[in-house]
This record gives sequence, C-alpha cells and structure tokens, in this order.
Amino acid sequence: MELKEKLIASFMAFENEVDLADPVHEIRSEALKNFEAKGFPSRKSEAWKYTSLERLQKVDFSLFPKQDNALEYKDVKKFFLHEIDTYKIVFIDGVYSSYLSETTHDGVDICLMSAALTKEMYKPIIDVYFNKVASREDSLVSLNTAFAKEGAFIYVPKNKVPRKPVEILHFSTGSETAQMLQPRNLIIAEENAELQVIERHQSLTDNEILTNSVTEIFAGRDAIVDYYKVQNDRESASLIDNTYIDQKGKSHVSVHTFSFGGKLTRNNLNFFQDGEYIDSTLKGVTLLGEKQHVDHHTLVHHQQPNCESHQDYKGIFGQRSTGVFNGKIIVDKIAQKTNAFQQNNNLLISDKASINTKPQLEIFADDVRCSHGCTIGQLDKEALFYLQARGIPKKEASALMMYAFANNVLESVRIKELKQRINKLIAKKLGVSLGFEL
Amino acid sequence: MAYTEEELKKELETKEYEYGFYTDIESDTFPKGLNEEIVIAISKKKEEPEWMTAWRLESFRYWKEMIEPEWANVKYTKPNFQDISYYSAPNSKPKYESLDEVDPELLDTFKRLGISLDEQKKLAGVAVDVVMDSVSVATTFKKTLAEKGIIFCSISEAIKEHPELVKKYIGSVVPQKDNFYAALNSAVFSDGSFCYIPKGVRCPMELSTYFRINQAGTGQFERTLVIADKGSYVSYLEGCTAPSRDENQLHAAVVELIALDDAEIKYSTVQNWFPGDKEGKGGVYNFVTKRGICEKNAKISWTQVETGSAITWKYPSCVLKGDNSIGEFYSIAVTNNYQQADTGTKMIHLGKNTRSTIISKGISAGKSQNSYRGLVQINSRADNARNFSQCDSLLMGNECGAHTFPYIEAKNKSAQVEHEATTSKIGEDQIFYCNQRGIDTEKAIALIVNGFSKEVLNKLPMEFAVEAQKLLEISLEGSVG
Repeated sequence: MELKEKLIASFMAFENEVDLADPVHEIRSEALKNFEAKGFPSRKSEAWKYTSLERLQKVDFSLFPKQDNALEYKDVKKFFLHEIDTYKIVFIDGVYSSYLSETTHDGVDICLMSAALTKEMYKPIIDVYFNKVASREDSLVSLNTAFAKEGAFIYVPKNKVPRKPVEILHFSTGSETAQMLQPRNLIIAEENAELQVIERHQSLTDNEILTNSVTEIFAGRDAIVDYYKVQNDRESASLIDNTYIDQKGKSHVSVHTFSFGGKLTRNNLNFFQDGEYIDSTLKGVTLLGEKQHVDHHTLVHHQQPNCESHQDYKGIFGQRSTGVFNGKIIVDKIAQKTNAFQQNNNLLISDKASINTKPQLEIFADDVRCSHGCTIGQLDKEALFYLQARGIPKKEASALMMYAFANNVLESVRIKELKQRINKLIAKKLGVSLGFEL
Repeated sequence: MAYTEEELKKELETKEYEYGFYTDIESDTFPKGLNEEIVIAISKKKEEPEWMTAWRLESFRYWKEMIEPEWANVKYTKPNFQDISYYSAPNSKPKYESLDEVDPELLDTFKRLGISLDEQKKLAGVAVDVVMDSVSVATTFKKTLAEKGIIFCSISEAIKEHPELVKKYIGSVVPQKDNFYAALNSAVFSDGSFCYIPKGVRCPMELSTYFRINQAGTGQFERTLVIADKGSYVSYLEGCTAPSRDENQLHAAVVELIALDDAEIKYSTVQNWFPGDKEGKGGVYNFVTKRGICEKNAKISWTQVETGSAITWKYPSCVLKGDNSIGEFYSIAVTNNYQQADTGTKMIHLGKNTRSTIISKGISAGKSQNSYRGLVQINSRADNARNFSQCDSLLMGNECGAHTFPYIEAKNKSAQVEHEATTSKIGEDQIFYCNQRGIDTEKAIALIVNGFSKEVLNKLPMEFAVEAQKLLEISLEGSVG
C-alpha cells in the first residue's frame, strides 16, 4: 500500500484514539481532506522541482509506535547541550519521555502539545493560535495537522523571560523497521517576551525514519525569539521541517538552521511580517557529504512597511551530496521602506556534488531596498597557497577557509555553548582538528 | 514648478503609442483557422519542396499534442488558435529590383518610422531585408554581400536555393517539439530571414531586418536562421514597430543561431510592438523562442531592448557546447501601463572553460509587471565554467511589480557562478542632488534612467543605439532625454 493510502486509512483509528470531542477535531478532518485531495507533492510542482519524495512513499512506514521505549541519559547525553542548564522536552519515537525531560509551569508554560490540546485551561490559547499561521494549502502541513497530537508547547506570557533556553529533542530508537513521525510544535512569545529554543531530531538506528514536522511560532509586539535547528542525523533519516512564523510589530525573530546530515532534509521556513519595524533573520550553514540532500525553501512575506529581513545561507557540498536553496521574498504594495537582504553562497568541493539555487524576488512596492546575491564557487587557490606557505597543511588550510566561509552565520548565534558545539561539529565533518576555536 | 514623480506618472499614463498608424495595402490573406490543409497550403503557396512540407506537417502533429504553457508570470486571455489567419502577404508582388518599384505607401510607412530604405542605404551601410507582413519585399545590398559569399535572403528563398543548408540546420537548435509556440511556428512560419557567413569571413556590415505586423488579424510567425561558419563574424539587427490595433495579435517567432568553431554572432533586437493602450486593451502577444548554439571557441551575444508588446515571453538562450565558448545576454525591458514581460535567458554550459555574462535591466512603470526569469546550468563536464549575472529592477510608481526568478544549477565543482539582483526606485536624494546642481527633475530622471540602462545600451551597434534611445523615449517619455 502506498504511503498516502496508508495514512488516510489510519486516520480513523487515530481519531478514535484521541478524544472526538476534542476542539481540534474539525481542524484535523479538514486538513486530512486537503491532504487526500493533493497527496504528496511531486517533482512536477515548482516548489519540489529538485527534491523527490518518490522513494520515501514506497517505504512501509509504521505510523504509530507500538511500545514505549526508554533511553538511558548517559547514552544520549552527547545530543543534549549538556554544558549548560536547559529546559528539555524529549520525545522517544514520538512519545514524551518524562524521565529525560525537564518542563515547567512556573510563570511560563514549557510542556507538551498533547496537554495543551486536551486541557481546558489551554483552550483559549489553542483557539487563538493553533493552526493559525501554518498553511492550510500545503499538503504535507495538512498531513501533519491531521495527525497533530504530540510535540512541544511553549507559552511565554507578556513581559516574561524563561530562566534558561529550551531544548526540544526527538529520538528514534528503531524499534520498528521504518517509522514515520509527525511532531507538532506550538511556540508563543507574547508581547515583550523572550525565548531561546534549540531543536534537534536524532535517529539512533539505521532503520528508516521519516519525520514530517510542523512548528508554529508567534512573536508578539517587541518579542525576541531565537530558534536554532541542529540537523546532524544519520544516513537513514529524512526530515521535512515546516516552520511558520507570525511576527507582530517591532519583534525580532531569528532562525538558524545547521544542516550537517540526514538522507533527505527539506526545510520550509516561512516568515509573515504582520506589523511595522519587524526584524526577521534567517541563517543557515549546510555542510554535506555522502549522498545527502538538503533543500532550503524560505519565504519572507513583507506585509507591512518599515520592516527588515536578513537572509544568509552558506553551503558546502562534498562527495555526492546535493543542495537546493530557494529563497523567496514577497514585498506587498503597502510594505514601503522594506529592507530585504538575501545572500546564498555555495562551495562545491566534489565533482559529483551539485547545487541548485533560485533566489526569487516578487516586489510590488516601489520604495524598497531589496537585494539578493548568490554565488557558487571554490576555495580561492591563492589564499590556500598563502596558508600552505605558512606551514599549514592543505587539509587544515581548506578547513580554515571553510570555517571562515561559514563564520558569518555563526556570529549571530547568541548561545555561546551552542556556537562551540557547532564549531566542533563542523571540525568533525571536515575531519580536522584545528586546536583552537573560532 | 518642480516636476514630481506624480506628474511623470500622469504623463506616462496618457502617453499613447506614437508610432501607431496603419498602412493600407491590399493583402493576400488565408481564411482563419489551422488544420493540415492550411499547413499544406502555406507550404504550396511558398513553392516549397516536399521535405519542407513534410517537416511542417510533422511539427503540426507535435503541436496538436501539446498544451499551452502556463508557468510564466503573465496573465492574459489565451489566443484562439482557430481564429487566426496563418498567412498574409502584401500582394504588390512580384519582387522589386529597385526601390522605385516599391509601393510608395509602403515606403511612406518606413519614412514615418524614420527608417527610410534609401536613407538607410546611404547612411549606415546597412543591408535591410524588409519583412512586411511576412514576405520579404525588398532586399538590398545583396550584391555586396554575394561577393563575399554571404547569403542573406528570406528563408523561403533559402529553402528553394540552399536546401542543403536549411535542411541541415533548421530545427537543430530549436527542435520542432521544443515548446508549444516553437511547434506552432515550425508548422506555419510564413517567412523570415536566412543568413549564412562562409568560413573565415567577417561580414562587412550590420545585417538587419525590420519586422512589422501590418494586417489585421494575422499572426506573425517569423523564422530566422543565422549560420556563422568557422571563424566568421556577423552582427545581426532586428527591430520592430507595429500599428495601433484593438484586438490582440499573436507573434510566435523562432530564431536559431549556429556559431561554428571560432565564429561570433552578435544578435541585437529592438522590440516596440504595440503595447496596448493605457487601459491595457489590445497589444501584441510576443511569444518568442530564441536560441543559439556555440561550438568550440565560438561566441554568441544577445542584446535586446524590449519596450513594446502587451505580453512578452522571451528567453534568448545560449547552448555553450564547445570548449571555451562564450555566451552573453544584455537586456533592457521596459513595461508601462498594463504591459507584462517575462523575459530572461538560459545559459547552458556543456563545454570546458565556457563563460557567460547576463546583464538584465528591468524598468517597470504604471500598472505593469516585469519579470526576469533565467537559468544558468553548469553540467558535470563543464570544467572551469564561469558565469556572472546581474539583474537590476527600477520601479516607477507603486502599482507596478518587479520579479526575479533566477535558477542556478551547478554540477561541477570548478564552476564559478555569481548572481546579483537589486530592486530600487529613483531615490529622492538622487533627484535632490541633481536639482541642487541646477538640473530639473525631468532631466534628472532622464539622467538616472539612462545611467541605469547604459551598460546594455552600450552593447548595441551604433546604428541601433540611436533607435533604442528613441524607443525608450516613447515608452518612458518625460523620463529619458
């Protein structure tokens, strides 16, 4: 049975399992209908021209975990940002692990989507925010919405700042031969609130994993949200990440995406600016090898005047990896004085690697400053020679240059320990030890 | 007293098509509609050999299977292909030996366009193959060219007289089933130009054709084939203006360029067909397929100034097949009122050390939409390929739109690709700066627009640069001096 049919067939069983009186029941049914009508996107659609989901649809994924799996903290410690204290929301095969997690209700709510969806006290919040910014047209988002049950729920009320950053971790143990996961996160930072989130999907097995994740982020007036996505998964794991961000006036939201692994990774990152003097930052470092594939699809929709957006994506592609960057900026007619900046630089370091990039501007206002730049190139031979002439071996020299290449993006990471961690990951990926940290 | 942008906008809106006039020449026109009989009839009318008729029919069969493309960023009512007459020729035939024999009314038309043949002959040394509603009426300077072995004639003549060349190259760059409009053109093309430059010959003058659509309800299906043999050089000019008309006219041309080893082709276009009135009524639909292929060390350079047409859908492309070949694309696209343009280029790098440059300038005014759509593809065997692209958009007024859709695909690690795009409007500070120095606002805008498009205007041959300026003036009168 193809994946689509299987998903549709299992919806009934899923709906029986959750409460039918659930307020989101209607949203789920509605979403399933959309998915049923549209199915999985094919390469014929412009947005999926360079990324194929053909193969994944043929895999016999198990949709619901059959048993609860436990993990020892010491076994998975390295995947946590253990150098600092954080709130943790941990899922094992899609099921919440209270043992590994650290949640709170002290002034802010850092807890579970399942709780938010079912408890009466959260109903007003769910009514206002759930499925409000996520696309109702996109079939994969609809698929997630239809099966929305578990994930992270973070609610930071007006003027509050959580004591420490929040980590959201999804582990897959491979108890099934192939597992499909559909986490759903809802993150709300109300007026003048602040929040830092680190998200990671990690497979611990060579069994096939497909994650179709949807995250909705709402930033109220003057709110500041920093979101970091660390993607360094195994060759057997694929991730479709859909993130939708709604920003109110004067808010600052930044999303950093570090794509270092996974078989197929698709990042759909969408910003909607719903107020004036908003600042949106989208940054990414992609460092791939083997037969990995990463597709960054970004959208910044400038709907109001006097806003800014900054995009900077760096990609390094080795071996047989393939990369895609599609950055779309829409400036509405009334969004005068918009300042939209987009940059995408790529290094191809293998003959078998390839990169497809499409920066796209759609501008309907005249008093705007929009620019995009995009390059594909190699390391500068002369600079490499310069370093070698000073006794730095070629491998280290080129690693150093790649560091420098990616460093722009790392500069704006505001959690020091995370920055160090990313640096180490880059070094490991490049197979060098520089003996110092940048 | 200050000349404001508001005033400029108003002026632009009320600016009617200046070159809109209609020449009353009786034409020999086919009934409307398209079927195999019509295709055969066109072929017969043109006294074509059998292989050509078969080729046309093959194309027509492909076309029937195809559907109209919808991916372009333009909106329009689709033409009814059965409501078009596919052949029309001025009936003041046969051909003329000298200009005196040409219908005086026709000559008058060209005079009003400022391109009178005799003047051209004397002044610019340009051989003009005038295409008036599809049939070549006058060809000049043929003798001079013949001495060098250069063939420059209408394509129907070439089919009859140089069938071996036509047979070998037609459809070799743009295959019959390449796309919907190319297939249509292959089936029904009425006429066009053919040019062959022999080995090692440098064409002594700029070759040029003026296209005009001049018969109500007839689509124009031009076919151009330019072959530059090894080591030769040619500069080819194409320019067009069309009379005001209420109903939409379809234009689906195909241009094929073949640059053999070490050859160079420079192809320049000035396009100023009727863009529709300020309500967006009427105007020409321009769906063109232009492509060139470069063999070893060859170079193809496309330069275009697009100011006309209600809908433009045009991507002059270069297939850089041979090692060390070079492709260039320089474009200015101006849209005003309700015009829509979706234009750009494709650079396909296949050979080693291939280079390409793309400079595209879009100017949108009124309620128009201007899109740049381009593809740079570096294939896995194209070592050391190099591309530089720059797309700049200038917006005038807040009701127009500028869009860019650049696709970049690299499959070779030694590739170097750069792409830059900016969107801006004429800055208040820039105008203020000029005002301070005693330059009034109108002149200041002219100065800025001129500077904005200079990189492309500079690439036009002298003879054409003047005309291009003229056309920019018409499209953005009040802003270009």
